[in-house]
Amino acid sequence: MKFSEKWLREWVNPAIETDALVAQITMAGLEVDGVEPAAAEFSGVVIGEIEAAEQHPNADKLQVCRVSDGNETFQVVCGAPNARAGLRVAFAKVGAVLPGNFKIKKAKLRQVESFGMLCSGEELGINEDNDGIMELPLQAQPGQDLREFFDLDDQIIEVDLTPNRGDCLSIAGLAREVGVLNKAPVTEVAVEPVAATIDDTFPIEIEAGEGCARFVGRVIKGIDPTATTPVWMVEKLRRSGIRSIDPVVDITNYVMLELGQPMHAYDLATLNGGIRVRMAESGEKLTLLDGQECELNNETLLIADHQGPLGLAGIMGGEGSGVAEQSRDIFLECAYFNPLAIAGKARSYGLHTDASHRFERGVDPELQVKASERATALLLEIVGGEAGPITEVALEQHLPASRTVKLRAERIKKLLSLDIEADEVEEILTRLGMGVSADGDSAWQVDVPAYRFDVSLEEDLLEELARIYGYNRMPVRTNHATLKLTPQPEAQKGLPDLRRLLVARGYQEAITYSFVEPGLLAKFDSEHQPVALANPISADMAVMRTTLWPGLIKAMQHNQHRQQSRIRLFETGQRFVPGDDGLIQDDVIAGALFGTCNPEGWTGHKRVVDFFDVKGDLEALLAVNGDANAFEFEAAEHQALHPGQTAAIKRDGELVGYVGALHPSLCKELGLNGPVFLFELALDAVMVDRLPAFSELSKYPGTSRDMALVVDQQVAVAKVLQLTREKAGEWLKDVTLFDVYSGEGIENGKKSLALSLTWQHPSHTLNDEQVNQFFDAVVTAAEQQLGAVLRS
Amino acid sequence: MENLDSLLAQGKEAVENATDAQQLDQVRVQFLGKKGELTQLLKGLGKLSAEERPQAGAKINEAKQQLSEQINARKAAMEAEALNAKLASETIDVTLPGRGQQSGGLHPVTRTMERIERFFAGVGYGVEQGPEIEDDFHNFEALNIPAHHPARAMHDTFYFDAHTLLRTHTSPVQIRTMEQQEPPIRVICPGRVYRCDSDLTHTPMFHQVEGLLVDTDVSFADLKGTVEEFLREFFEEDLAVRFRPSYFPFTEPSAEVDIACVMCNGEGCRVCSHTGWLEVMGCGMVHPKVFESCNVDTETYSGFAFGMGVERLAMLRYGVNDLRLFFENDLRFLQQFK
Repeated sequence: MKFSEKWLREWVNPAIETDALVAQITMAGLEVDGVEPAAAEFSGVVIGEIEAAEQHPNADKLQVCRVSDGNETFQVVCGAPNARAGLRVAFAKVGAVLPGNFKIKKAKLRQVESFGMLCSGEELGINEDNDGIMELPLQAQPGQDLREFFDLDDQIIEVDLTPNRGDCLSIAGLAREVGVLNKAPVTEVAVEPVAATIDDTFPIEIEAGEGCARFVGRVIKGIDPTATTPVWMVEKLRRSGIRSIDPVVDITNYVMLELGQPMHAYDLATLNGGIRVRMAESGEKLTLLDGQECELNNETLLIADHQGPLGLAGIMGGEGSGVAEQSRDIFLECAYFNPLAIAGKARSYGLHTDASHRFERGVDPELQVKASERATALLLEIVGGEAGPITEVALEQHLPASRTVKLRAERIKKLLSLDIEADEVEEILTRLGMGVSADGDSAWQVDVPAYRFDVSLEEDLLEELARIYGYNRMPVRTNHATLKLTPQPEAQKGLPDLRRLLVARGYQEAITYSFVEPGLLAKFDSEHQPVALANPISADMAVMRTTLWPGLIKAMQHNQHRQQSRIRLFETGQRFVPGDDGLIQDDVIAGALFGTCNPEGWTGHKRVVDFFDVKGDLEALLAVNGDANAFEFEAAEHQALHPGQTAAIKRDGELVGYVGALHPSLCKELGLNGPVFLFELALDAVMVDRLPAFSELSKYPGTSRDMALVVDQQVAVAKVLQLTREKAGEWLKDVTLFDVYSGEGIENGKKSLALSLTWQHPSHTLNDEQVNQFFDAVVTAAEQQLGAVLRS
Repeated sequence: MENLDSLLAQGKEAVENATDAQQLDQVRVQFLGKKGELTQLLKGLGKLSAEERPQAGAKINEAKQQLSEQINARKAAMEAEALNAKLASETIDVTLPGRGQQSGGLHPVTRTMERIERFFAGVGYGVEQGPEIEDDFHNFEALNIPAHHPARAMHDTFYFDAHTLLRTHTSPVQIRTMEQQEPPIRVICPGRVYRCDSDLTHTPMFHQVEGLLVDTDVSFADLKGTVEEFLREFFEEDLAVRFRPSYFPFTEPSAEVDIACVMCNGEGCRVCSHTGWLEVMGCGMVHPKVFESCNVDTETYSGFAFGMGVERLAMLRYGVNDLRLFFENDLRFLQQFK
C-alpha cells in the first residue's frame, strides 16, 4: 500500500523525520518497500492563466499564448494542443528550474520570443501525462506557487504489508500503529452523522448471511453531474496510486484509503426492486466493470437486485449499474463481507482489486456506518445532492464474535525469555487498542478489537508484545540442550562420501531442473507416463523427470556448445516414477561423460573414454560401501543406450541401475558429439553398507597357478570368473583376469582368457597335489559347462 | 727394503692414474694382493735380524695401509662421480604438470548446503528429508495455511491436481518429522523447492534449508541466539544481525532476519537496494496450530523454526551476481567452486 506521508501526519505527527519513521515502521513489521517524493525536484513554477492563444505565424503546431501570473502577462510559445484561452496552467517562468536541473531561459522559437514554458504533468514528475499541458481547476489562483498549490513537498511511502495486517490497509490503521510506536496521540477524522433530508431508501435483503453479516445502504439524490473532484483529494488518491475517475468514485476510493472500508456506488436508476446479497447460481453470467464477462459458480457471493447480478461482492461491481457521468441519484453500498467468503474468489476469476485485497484480509466489521457517514458528508460537500436515511441490515449471529484472550505472565517468560513489568505489558496492549484487565496475580484477560483479525491466541499477544517492545531489544540465548550422542549407523554411507568419490575421479556436480520437456524425456524413458504439471511455467518444463538423464544431457549439450572437450557430470536427486502402487519418489545418482579419459596434456595421452572407464568409476562408487561384490553387471538393453554397450546393474538380483553408451542415433539426434556414456543408480542400493568382519591371517604361503581358457566370444567373463570361484575349492584366495586375447593363434570367434588363481590355507601349506586338484576341477567344469579349452 | 719408499710412490701414482674401478683393482692386486709387490716385501723380512724385523715390518704395513686407504678413497670418489653422472642424466623438469585425473567439484549449492548441515550437526541436529511432490495437507493445511488463505497467493504453487503439488518450501518436512518423532526434536531439512515464477531473480526451482527445534524450554531468545550465531559463523564475520517482525502462518511470533550487507558492510549498495541490510531468512516460534496438527502438547513443548534460501546465501558468500547461473551447469561456472 502506498500513502502520502503528509496525509498520515494529519492523523498522527510524531517528531521524527521521514527516514526515522520509515525505519520505525519497518522494524514494527510494516516493511517499507520504497519512499519517493510526491513530485520531482523543481522550482519557479506558478499557476498561470492563458489569456489568449493564437496560431504561431511560422509553425503549424505551435501557439503563441499570453499567460498571466496574476500580476504580469508573458508571451509564451507552446506546442501543446490543449493550450487555450481561459485555461489555468503550470507556468514555469524564466528562471524556473525543472526536474533534471533544466533551467528555463528566455528563448526564441521560430522568430517568436517566449518567456517561460507551460508544463505537462510528466515534465514536472507529477504523473505520466504527456499528451498536453496540465489543466488546473479554475479555483487555482494565478501566481500561486505550484508546489504550494498541490502541496507537493511530501513523500510517498510504500509499505509491503503481510497478509495478517489487513488492519493497516488505511491511513487510520497506519496512524494507529505509528501512534502506538511513538506513544503519540492520534487525531481521527471527525465523522458526524449526516441527517437525512429526504426519506428515500432502497430495500436490502441478505440471503447469504455467512458471507455478508452487515450491509449499510444509503440513497443520495440529485447530485451535481458537473462537479469535479477537489485537487487535495485527487492528489491524495494519486499518492496512493489511484487515478481520479469521477467525484463519486473518487470519494468511495478516498474513504477506503482513509478508513479501510471499500465501498461501491450504484446508479439508483439502474437498480430494480431491491438489493439481494446471495450466492450465485452456477452458470449465472455477469459482465464486470472492466468489461470482462464471467460465468459464475455457486460458491461466489453476489450483490444482486431483483433482476439479476450486479457485482461480485467485495471484489468488483458490474457493468451498467455503477455510477456514471449521467447519474443523478445514487445508492451507496458499505458492507462487511466475511474474509472466508471472499478469500481466493477474486483469484479464481483472475481478479485482484483494492476491495478484494482488503476484504480477504478482514475489514473492521464495526466500520460500515461510520464509513457511510463519512462518504455521505464528502459527497454532499463535493457533488451536492440530498441524503436519505441509512439502512442497515446486520445479522448478529454472523458477525465475528468478540474475542477475549488470556495472557499469562509465565508464558511471556517461557516463550520470550522476557522479564517485563506488568505495567509495561498492560501499557503496550492498551496502546494497541486492546481492553486489558487483570485475571488474578499473573494473568490478564485481553479484549481484542474487531479489526485485529490476526489476534486470537495467547501467542498472538506475545508477538504483539515482542513487536512493540522491539525484537532487537529482546534477550538472546545461545544454544543449550542436554548433549546426547546422535546415532551414526555405520552400515549407512552418507551421500557426501559418494559425491566426493566422484569428484575425486574428475566429475563435476550438476543440478538440473526436476521438470523436463516431455519429448526429450520420452527419448530416455517411454515406458513410464511421467507426472505432468497442471500449470507448467513453460512447455520445456512440463513433466517430472523419471530419470536424471534428460537434464544431464541438456547440460552436456550446453557445455559441448561452449567448446568443452571433456565433460564429466553427475547429479543426485529425486526421480518421480509412476507405478502400479502409486508414485515412487526415490533418490538416484546419475552421471554423463564425454571426451578424453584424462585431461589433455603434454604426456600425449589422449584416449577417449570407453565403457570400462565408466564401469571403473562405478565399481569404485559401489566399493565405497565395502560390499562391491553384492553387485553384478549384466549385458542388457535400454532404449537410450547402445545395444552392445549397456549393462544392467543388479544388487542381489534386483535391478538398481544402468550404465552404457548413449545410443549413437540418439546422440546424433540430440546434436551431441559422441561417444557419451551415462549411468544412473538408485541411491538406496548404494548406500547400504556392510560392517567389516575380521578373518584370521594365514601364516602359510599361498600358491598361485595361471591358466588360459579359450572360450567362445559370447561367453561372458563374469560367468567364467563365477565358475572359477565356485569350483576352485574353499581355499581360493583370489582370482585375477590378467589378459583377454583373440587373434593369431586363437580360432576365429574365440577368445583366450588368462587367469591367475591363488590358494592359501589358514593352517598349513597346500601341496602341489591339492592345488592341482583344484585347478583341474576348474578346468573340467569350464570344459563341460562353458565349452572351454585349456590353452597349452 | 730400500725400495719401499719408491714402491709406495709407484703405487700411489698408479692409484692416481687409474681411470676406472677395474684399473684401480688391478693396482690393488699389483701392490697389495697376495703376490703384490708390497706384500712380497713382508716375505723378505726373514732376512733381517730379529732386532730389525719388527721395525721394518711396521714400516711395510704402514705403507700397505697408506696405499689401501688411498685406493678406497679413490674408489669412493669414483663411485660418487658415477652416481652424480647418473643422477644428472636422470634430471627432469619438475615444473611439468602432473599426470592423470584432476578432481572435479561440488555444485556451489551442495557445497553451501553441506556447510550449513555441518554447523547444525555439530550442535545435535539430524538431517531429515521429504518428498518433493507433496500433498496439500503437509505443504499448506498442517502449516496453518488453509485453502484460500491469502498467504497461498505468495507461494505461486505448481500443481498436479487439486491435492498434489510441488512443495513450495521445506516446511512440510517439519510436519513429517513431528508426525514421526516425539520431542525433543532438532532437525535440519535441506532440499529442492519449487515456485511458479521465473525472472532475473527467481528460478522455478531453488533450495532451502529448514531448521526445527522442539523441546521443553525453548524461547524466542534461543531462536535469536541460534540464528545470529549461525549467520556469523556462516559468513565468518561479526555481522550485524537484526530481526524484523513479519508473518508466516506457521510461526508466531514470526521474524525476517536481515544481516548488514556483506557487499558494502552496511554502507548501502545495489545488492542491498541501498538499505545496508540484506534479508537472508525467515523464522519464528512454531505456531500452536502447527503443533496441534502434529499432536504436540503446546503447554509442555515449544519450538522454533527457521528457513533460508541456499542460492541466496551462496550468492552472497561467493559474490555470484546472477541466480540463473546455478542451473545452467556451465562448467566455466561450476569449476569456480572446486
